Amino acid sequence: MNRAPLIFLGIFFALAFSWTGIILTNHLSYAKLQPVFDETEGKAFPQKLPGNAERGKEVYRDLGCVYCHSQQVRQPGYGTDIDRGWGERGSVARDYIHEKRVYLGTMRTGPDLRNVGARFVGDAGRDWHLQHLYDPQITSKGSIMPPFRFLFEPRVIVGEPSPRAVQTKLPAQYQPPAGHEIVLTQRGEDLISYLLALKDPALYPEEAARVYVPKADPAEKKTEPAQAEAAK
Amino acid sequence: MASSLTASLNPASSPDLAKRAELSAIDASTRAPALYFFGSSVLWLLVGTLFALIASYKLHTPEFLGDVEWLTFGRARTLHLNAVIYGWASNASFAVALWLMARLARAELRHVGLLFIAAAFWNLGVTVGMVGIAIGDSTSIEWLEFPTYATPILFVAYALVGAWAMITFRFGRAKHIYVSQWYLLAALFWFPWLYSVAQIMLLFEPTRGTVQGLVNWWFAHNVLGLWFTPIGLAAIYYFLPKVLGKPIHSYYLSVLGFWSLAIFYNWAGVHHLIGGPVPVWVQTAGIAASFMMVVPVIVTGLNQHLTLVGAAAALKYSPTLRFIVFGGVNYTLTSIAGSLMAMRSWAEITHFTHYTVAHAHHGMYAFFTMVMFGSVYYILPRILLKEWPSAKLISLHFWATAGGITLYVVGLSIGGIAQGLAMNTLPAGADGQPGAPVAFMEVVADMIKYLEIRTIAGVIISIGHIAFAVNFTWMLVQPRKTGATEPTLFRNAPDLEAAR
Repeated sequence: MNRAPLIFLGIFFALAFSWTGIILTNHLSYAKLQPVFDETEGKAFPQKLPGNAERGKEVYRDLGCVYCHSQQVRQPGYGTDIDRGWGERGSVARDYIHEKRVYLGTMRTGPDLRNVGARFVGDAGRDWHLQHLYDPQITSKGSIMPPFRFLFEPRVIVGEPSPRAVQTKLPAQYQPPAGHEIVLTQRGEDLISYLLALKDPALYPEEAARVYVPKADPAEKKTEPAQAEAAK
Repeated sequence: MASSLTASLNPASSPDLAKRAELSAIDASTRAPALYFFGSSVLWLLVGTLFALIASYKLHTPEFLGDVEWLTFGRARTLHLNAVIYGWASNASFAVALWLMARLARAELRHVGLLFIAAAFWNLGVTVGMVGIAIGDSTSIEWLEFPTYATPILFVAYALVGAWAMITFRFGRAKHIYVSQWYLLAALFWFPWLYSVAQIMLLFEPTRGTVQGLVNWWFAHNVLGLWFTPIGLAAIYYFLPKVLGKPIHSYYLSVLGFWSLAIFYNWAGVHHLIGGPVPVWVQTAGIAASFMMVVPVIVTGLNQHLTLVGAAAALKYSPTLRFIVFGGVNYTLTSIAGSLMAMRSWAEITHFTHYTVAHAHHGMYAFFTMVMFGSVYYILPRILLKEWPSAKLISLHFWATAGGITLYVVGLSIGGIAQGLAMNTLPAGADGQPGAPVAFMEVVADMIKYLEIRTIAGVIISIGHIAFAVNFTWMLVQPRKTGATEPTLFRNAPDLEAAR
């Protein structure tokens, strides 16, 4: 008896089953999520990244940052993401709808970066990233993050110093010899713009109605199933 | 058992002359493509090992090669993964799958020139992809890093190999479909489906938002579960009884094992997103499927164990058997560990830690790679009609890789658990209430010793790989001996001694 067709059908349906269940169903049910318009602010959230940050995301991609840094905050009560200050709330699917490529990540050799733009803000934040990328030891002694000095360019000063020279932001032992300067490359500039822009907005009303908020009383933990709904 | 051992170790001693002639004609037909695939797999193994050492060393000594952009950790690690997955493991899989399919279907491979082209295309695709990653064109999607200009080349190569295996199956003289063939057919059919869906839904016409995460892990976990695992199990199901000279313990268990794997493994990948921003029902489905994987794993493990029982003494002699059994045992161990890792409470600790890295190497190396080594040791003498030049090098290969990967998995698993506990539990404060989490930099500092152990383990494994590569090359270049030869064993079996 030739059972090859039967075996083949089984093989086909096995994968068709999971493809339908995991991919097709979810693609149809929530890939169409839309931004939410906030009346008080007059804007729709989540917002798109500005252009230079979008270019910075390409640098994030090509250097493989995702292999050590996740971009997802787990819900309160599951892990200590929020206790660590990685976000004010857990991430929800709507946060990612504008992203051409989603870098959820599976590893936390370094901290989660979903809301790093809320931790390092403005000029001080920019200076922190500059130092940290030049040599992580400046800001985080004992870090195992590699240096990204190749995002900077040592140059001989010809005429006027470059407006993009950054050596003044670096500690004494990193100073170039006299007549030289250290300039941040365009890629470095873009990457920092991306890191400064990385943050999620306040929770959308639709999700807020469903999100589990931890109670002080541990006995209340029974309401946890509601948390499950949050991810939807 | 003694006589059957000799017979199975040395095909020339098989009693049936006609059968031997047929087998050797089939083996001869696979020679050119199998050698091409095996040769390139060994080269990629060395390349992958080199990048592994660089990446591992960088993770505890970040200044090492710190100014070389193309070797920054994020790229070196990715080069390692893709070299070993698409270079080493897939090339080896093609060779083993084609050789097994030809033997089991009892059909010579025809028009092997086309398979030669397939091998050339595959290796061209991998090379282009590797260069792409090095120059910054990686997609940064785990397991799919090759840039889009490399993947169509791979697809052409795969289509040729897959079609050829099917044709060989179709033209086979064998009436019975052995369980290894089920796994091979399934793997050859599943992989292109997975790969093309992932390519389309992530790169060419990307779906939106976190659905991408689901596609990513449906693909990446199934590459392990529905491509490498079936190939590895097909090899174990063939070589274990072959080397032992006795049939597999139970036909029905192997059927049950196959179908339960086919149904449950599919869904398991979502466990990489537990706690993430994807619908919880699909996470739960993934957890359930991961746990159900206990069924095929126990069934397959039991079947293989019961086949080995009573014949375990052959482990002392046969290199193939030793690698295959090491791989088989680790298939059971890593799969059960994997099922547990999918539990929400355990995932809370181990997710995002080095425990996952240890687990990935447990499956991909201690199981799959070891089985491929065992297969190479069996197949190569039969297609080259030469024996392995050095039993000592095989022994060094076995002990270095087995010892190295054990140190790797145990060391990094302990490290990963320590990391996960420090990261995800709140230590009790002065008032007995949960206090502030352990500072992140403290966790990093604690991990360094485990990362150093990993590098040491990597060096030990590399020694094994060098021994393997030397033996492999030596075998290719050594002249063929005329007259009767004897298989290269760790030591001579008593019955072989007697025969002398």
